Amino acid sequence: MSSLFASVMLPFILAPWVPALYRKAGRRVGFLVAVVPVSLFVYYLGFLGELGSEPVGFRLPWIPLLGVDLSFALDGFGLLFALLITGIGSLVVIYSTYYLGPREDLGKFYLYILIFMGAMLGVVTADNIVLLYIFWEITSVASFLLIGFWHTREESRWGALKAMMITVLGGFGILTAAVLLYVVGGSFELSALMENREAVLASPLYVPIVLLLLLGAFTKSAQAPFHIWLPGAMAAPTPVSAYLHSATMVKAGIFLVGRMAPLLGGTPLWYYTVSAVGAVTVFLGAFLAIRQTDLKALLAYSTVSQLGLIMPMFAAGTEVAALAGAAHILNHATFKGALFMLVGIIDHETHTRDLRRLGGLYKAMPVTAVLTGIAALSMAGVWPLNGFVSKELIFEAMLHPPFGPDVWTQAFAVLAVLGSAMTTIYCLILAHRINFGKPRYGDAEHPHDPPAGMLLGPVLLVGLVVLLGVYPYIAEGPIFNAAASGHMREEVHGHVHNVPVPGMPLAMSLIALGLGLWGYRHLESVRRAFDQVRPRVHANAVYDGILAGLDRLSRWMVRVHMTGLLRDYIAYILLVVFLGIGLAAAASGAAFDLRLDLAPMTFVEAVVIALIIAGAIAVAAFRHRLAAIVALSIVGLMVSFLYVQLRAPDLALTQLMVESISTVLILLAVRYLPPLPKEQDTARRKAADIALAAGAGALVAFLALMTNANRLFPSISQYFVENSKPLGGGSNIVNVILVDFRGVDTMGEITVLGIAALSVYALVTLRQRTRGRAERPVDDPPVAFDDPRSAARDAREGEMP
Amino acid sequence: MNPLILRTSVRIHLYLLTLFSFYLLIRGHNEPGGGFIAGLLTASAMVLQALAFDARYASSLVPVREQTLIGLGLLLAVGTGVASMLFGRPFLDHVFHHTFLPFLGEVELASAVVFDIGVYLVVVGVAKWTILTVATGRAGQSGPGS
Amino acid sequence: MELAAIIAIGVLFGSGIYLLLKPRLLRVVFGSALISHAVNLLLLTSGRLKRGGAPLVGDVPAPVTDPLPQALILTAIVIGLGTTALILVLAYRIYQEKGTDDLRQLRGLEDES
Repeated sequence: MSSLFASVMLPFILAPWVPALYRKAGRRVGFLVAVVPVSLFVYYLGFLGELGSEPVGFRLPWIPLLGVDLSFALDGFGLLFALLITGIGSLVVIYSTYYLGPREDLGKFYLYILIFMGAMLGVVTADNIVLLYIFWEITSVASFLLIGFWHTREESRWGALKAMMITVLGGFGILTAAVLLYVVGGSFELSALMENREAVLASPLYVPIVLLLLLGAFTKSAQAPFHIWLPGAMAAPTPVSAYLHSATMVKAGIFLVGRMAPLLGGTPLWYYTVSAVGAVTVFLGAFLAIRQTDLKALLAYSTVSQLGLIMPMFAAGTEVAALAGAAHILNHATFKGALFMLVGIIDHETHTRDLRRLGGLYKAMPVTAVLTGIAALSMAGVWPLNGFVSKELIFEAMLHPPFGPDVWTQAFAVLAVLGSAMTTIYCLILAHRINFGKPRYGDAEHPHDPPAGMLLGPVLLVGLVVLLGVYPYIAEGPIFNAAASGHMREEVHGHVHNVPVPGMPLAMSLIALGLGLWGYRHLESVRRAFDQVRPRVHANAVYDGILAGLDRLSRWMVRVHMTGLLRDYIAYILLVVFLGIGLAAAASGAAFDLRLDLAPMTFVEAVVIALIIAGAIAVAAFRHRLAAIVALSIVGLMVSFLYVQLRAPDLALTQLMVESISTVLILLAVRYLPPLPKEQDTARRKAADIALAAGAGALVAFLALMTNANRLFPSISQYFVENSKPLGGGSNIVNVILVDFRGVDTMGEITVLGIAALSVYALVTLRQRTRGRAERPVDDPPVAFDDPRSAARDAREGEMP
Repeated sequence: MNPLILRTSVRIHLYLLTLFSFYLLIRGHNEPGGGFIAGLLTASAMVLQALAFDARYASSLVPVREQTLIGLGLLLAVGTGVASMLFGRPFLDHVFHHTFLPFLGEVELASAVVFDIGVYLVVVGVAKWTILTVATGRAGQSGPGS
Repeated sequence: MELAAIIAIGVLFGSGIYLLLKPRLLRVVFGSALISHAVNLLLLTSGRLKRGGAPLVGDVPAPVTDPLPQALILTAIVIGLGTTALILVLAYRIYQEKGTDDLRQLRGLEDES
């Protein structure tokens, strides 16, 4: 199925051309771009009825060393998402050509949209966790770019950053979980991991894997307490909110839970964690939605709430729950997508989203008002709309939990009913309060229904809302059961029903509707009561606190360690090395096992070494710089002489030459530098320096001793000794190593040398350029070594104590 | 002070040192020596000239631009590597061959020596460039700075 | 022999560090030169000293000193020359630009953090 791979890559391949296309085609670019999602939608439609629990796949080796392949698999579960991504994507692309004003950069907008589309398709078709993670992060980045699309606005940047921070934190959780899964299950491939389910479940890493993975799912799907990024994301253009932040991207977390459930699910940990978080989110989201006055914020919190309703359905592992979840994913996408687009239209026409300034819209824009009403009532679960169908299933699933009913599952059900009651309240606000009553049109005098192209999306989606409500059987087999089968990895044959069946689920629905109606009638007092609730801990405050804390921490770290003084840096490095070596030495007692194997020392060598030691101390001690230079070159020459003694003729020659050249270089450079002043250090500081230096010297000597006394591995040098002549054709082994065995290293080295010379040249030339531009030309004469000025300066310096 | 003795002896040293450096370069594969050492020796010869006369004169003794030297050296080094690839061998895999030349007797021709010549050229170029720059405190005579 | 070399390494390294702790650029140059000597000798010592002749293959097989550290050190010495030249020019340029070679006065801007 290479066409599957092509379908995921197509948006990525076409995306870079969109800005150029925009420059050519202008505002019509949207219709051209729409070809991509529409054709992909048609492509995925072709799978309808053919896919269930058995996936079609495609695999291309990518990073075989790490076990990461481009492996894709599409089953019924992924197909449902793919259809949403391409279907709603098509509608949103067309809608946004009308929504975005003439001055907006449509090229950039559609570029981001296409990237998101490809990444989202990748998430739902990836069969490799690492691949899934990569696409997952691309959706986060695309979301960041789209939320910040109006990047000149402060709130857009803030919202974009917040969404990015939280979702990327979750992404990190997924990556960690993937690595842990690899450790336990031996593969990144989902299909291979499924074979190892027993090993994964039995592993002690199971709990961290589940929690990390759920962290990813909860952050992406805005579950409490990570829901705070979704309202901030409403700073995005409304088409983006309709697409990413209600229909597709926020469901990626649900997808992840559904995808991993056959592998990690079936345990109380999995079920109760997801269900508890979901139940709290349902309640909290609906509660917060009622407090909002901004229509988009209201929809955002309502999305949070609805996602909390769906999420546990894929953690239960029962057939009815899987079916309920699949159905509600589709239904929520239809009514919520439509509502976002309709709110966008209202905003577009009246220039406000403040529901206190809206009312009686039915008179001014009847089509919009009717569509809004139907979509909102469906969300409230009113018969015979599709929200009713899936909500019944959800309540039924909640009443039949996988581990039997207990006090917890009853609490979840109560929270769900209360959440639904509050959902009814805000749905009535959307359906009734802004459409009827006294006309309040915001800033507009005469708002009217938008052009047909802008209404296309809402009309089609609301049409689906009605169709799936009246006749859900059309989707039962090819979509709902197929998706449930893909999620469960076994064939599911559940049933949906559109007629109210007496029973507990219907009773729960009626209670929720009744409570909601009562609450809506007393809306003002309910609002007042809700506003009284001021929780002591607020998730937003925690987020801000963490950010501010990180900021303070990094400032503090920079202040403490980046003093700009070489002295401090050296001291830090040495301290860490001391600690590290000390700990390592303490940890392995073997380090003190000295088995010295010493060569004899001749008198000449002793003298040479004594001279080196004396010279080194002299360099450090001399205050007169010429004296120090002389001492330094004595050390160099003695080292060179020592090389002769130690049977290293090549080294001796090199050292000799380098020593003479570098001495001359230092002497030449010294003329440009000021004489060394008298020491200003306090005695205490000097003592500290000496202590540190002595410690460092002792440490290195200790290390040298240890390397000498503890040879853990045999030397590889024998190979070079034996093969120098036969393989390298030279009898100077050192030279053969340099030019032949390790020739690539030498090549790198001479490149470095060339770069060093280039830098030396550049540093000096730079000065001349800047100076030449400033004022005076350079007229330093080419200086011979016997320059009288430097001689005089050195003479002066010599008089210093 | 007129460093006449220094200057006279340095002139003679120049030829001796240069010749010796070539010798070290060629024999480096079998005896102590090689590209690094030979290059540094040539550089020391230049330093001597710089001491006796001045840096500009010293660098003019090597009548090739320092950038060219470095570039040529790197090219030779990479070239031997690429050449071995052309013969289907790994990068920088050297070949050697013993042959008889008049006056010199049996001589070993090794592609590794070509590599070493590259090293030599780079070292000479780097030394020339650095010494000239540091000694004059300005860009070299052949650079765009003058 | 090794013990003596190790003492020399320690002293070279200690003196080098002492110089690095000083605020004058020139002394930093000296310090880095001493440290390169120390590291080179350390490498050489790690391969055992004087376990045979110079690493040249003669007609008669004879034990030779470990050639590998020598090859490593040879490149290190030459690179050391490049480093020394670079630090020198850097010091000289800093002095030209800022009028000081005191590292304590070359700390960047106060509001940088």
